[in-house]
Amino acid sequence: MDQRTRLLEAALFAAPRPLALDELSALDAEATDADWLRAVQELRDHYCNDGHGVELAEIAGGYQILTREVFAEAVERAALASRPLRLSAAALEVLAIVAYRQPVGRAEIEDIRGVSSAGVLRLLQERDLIEVAGRSEGLGRPLLYCTTPQFLEYLGLGDLGDLPRSEELTIALAPPQAEG
Amino acid sequence: MTAAAQPARPEASEGGFVVTLDRFAGPLDLLLHLIRREEIDIWDIPIARIADQFLQAIHVLGLDEAAEYLEMAARLLRIKAQLLLPRRGGEEPWEDPRHELVRRLLEYQQVREIADWLDGAARRRALRYGRGFAPPGPDVPPPPLEFTIEELLEAVERVISMLPDSVIHRVVPRPLDVEAATARILDLLAVRESFGWRDLLGPAPAIVDVLSSLVALLELARSGVLRLTQPRAFTPFAIDRGPAYQTA
Repeated sequence: MDQRTRLLEAALFAAPRPLALDELSALDAEATDADWLRAVQELRDHYCNDGHGVELAEIAGGYQILTREVFAEAVERAALASRPLRLSAAALEVLAIVAYRQPVGRAEIEDIRGVSSAGVLRLLQERDLIEVAGRSEGLGRPLLYCTTPQFLEYLGLGDLGDLPRSEELTIALAPPQAEG
Repeated sequence: MTAAAQPARPEASEGGFVVTLDRFAGPLDLLLHLIRREEIDIWDIPIARIADQFLQAIHVLGLDEAAEYLEMAARLLRIKAQLLLPRRGGEEPWEDPRHELVRRLLEYQQVREIADWLDGAARRRALRYGRGFAPPGPDVPPPPLEFTIEELLEAVERVISMLPDSVIHRVVPRPLDVEAATARILDLLAVRESFGWRDLLGPAPAIVDVLSSLVALLELARSGVLRLTQPRAFTPFAIDRGPAYQTA
């Protein structure tokens, strides 16, 4: 590994959260984004090929060193770390709607789900998975919600583009051709 | 899921249908469940049958969150009624009243699929730990209330204003009759030089008589008409004519 890759490794090791490219640039004014991307690639290959217990993950628009899945059970059994709480089905539904329709208001969410969702929205806000993006221009200027960077971290996604596209879902909204 | 595979007849589903409310995230979820269980083509829902099963299910579920389930039940029954109406032939193209419901069901089903995907992604992410991984705490209790003293006082005002007319003190007619007690004592003094408390009040006096007599006794003692003496501690006191008796 060259010097910059080792610097990258040190920075990612020290950081408790994913580091974005612009944060990396503060490490070394000489290096360009392309240099960092090369370093990222080298470190990732290093972890992949040389037999390591950790891997380099691309999460929430940044980079983070994570332990490998195969060690999850042992690490947790030894009480070195614990898994975050899982969300309820209702919370996941609201999160799904916010993720795909953001910014979206409560009325639209409740219309799709057919149940009131105020409590779930509050819970997701408390857990920093969604936030208020502003207010709609509509009647009563209702609050609009969008997902947060913590949402991407919680799911281990690089960005919102990593969500499945609607054509990848098995349910299509269009009615079958031969309706009658 | 449900107890057993059931033939797709409404009668057959009665009885063995046990669900808990937590299992369903809402009326659409329950409806989808029924449709899947009966292996129904979502584009050709037998509304009468599904409406019956839906009503039966929310009956078993109990009344929590019932408003939303009842709204769906009403919607199903309306569609059922619309389907029974004879179609007016000709000018307007007939629109299947089930169409809007199907659109909502499919939309909801898509949301469910995404929700499942999110759940899987979160689970995979949770298997990899970052440095200094701090799991989010359990569901946080509501934060402590924050308010100013003015807000607190306003709240107190509101609560007080809701109380029925506050009763500070109720004035009741005083039932004490000192005059009558005085007359009774004087009558007794006229016939007996000395008598006791019990002679004055009898065996079971009412509290107002006790108080009236006590006030009358003290008043008469003060003016010297009678004298109160107690021979020994904790013994009944004696009532005698006082120095001013003759003048009374």
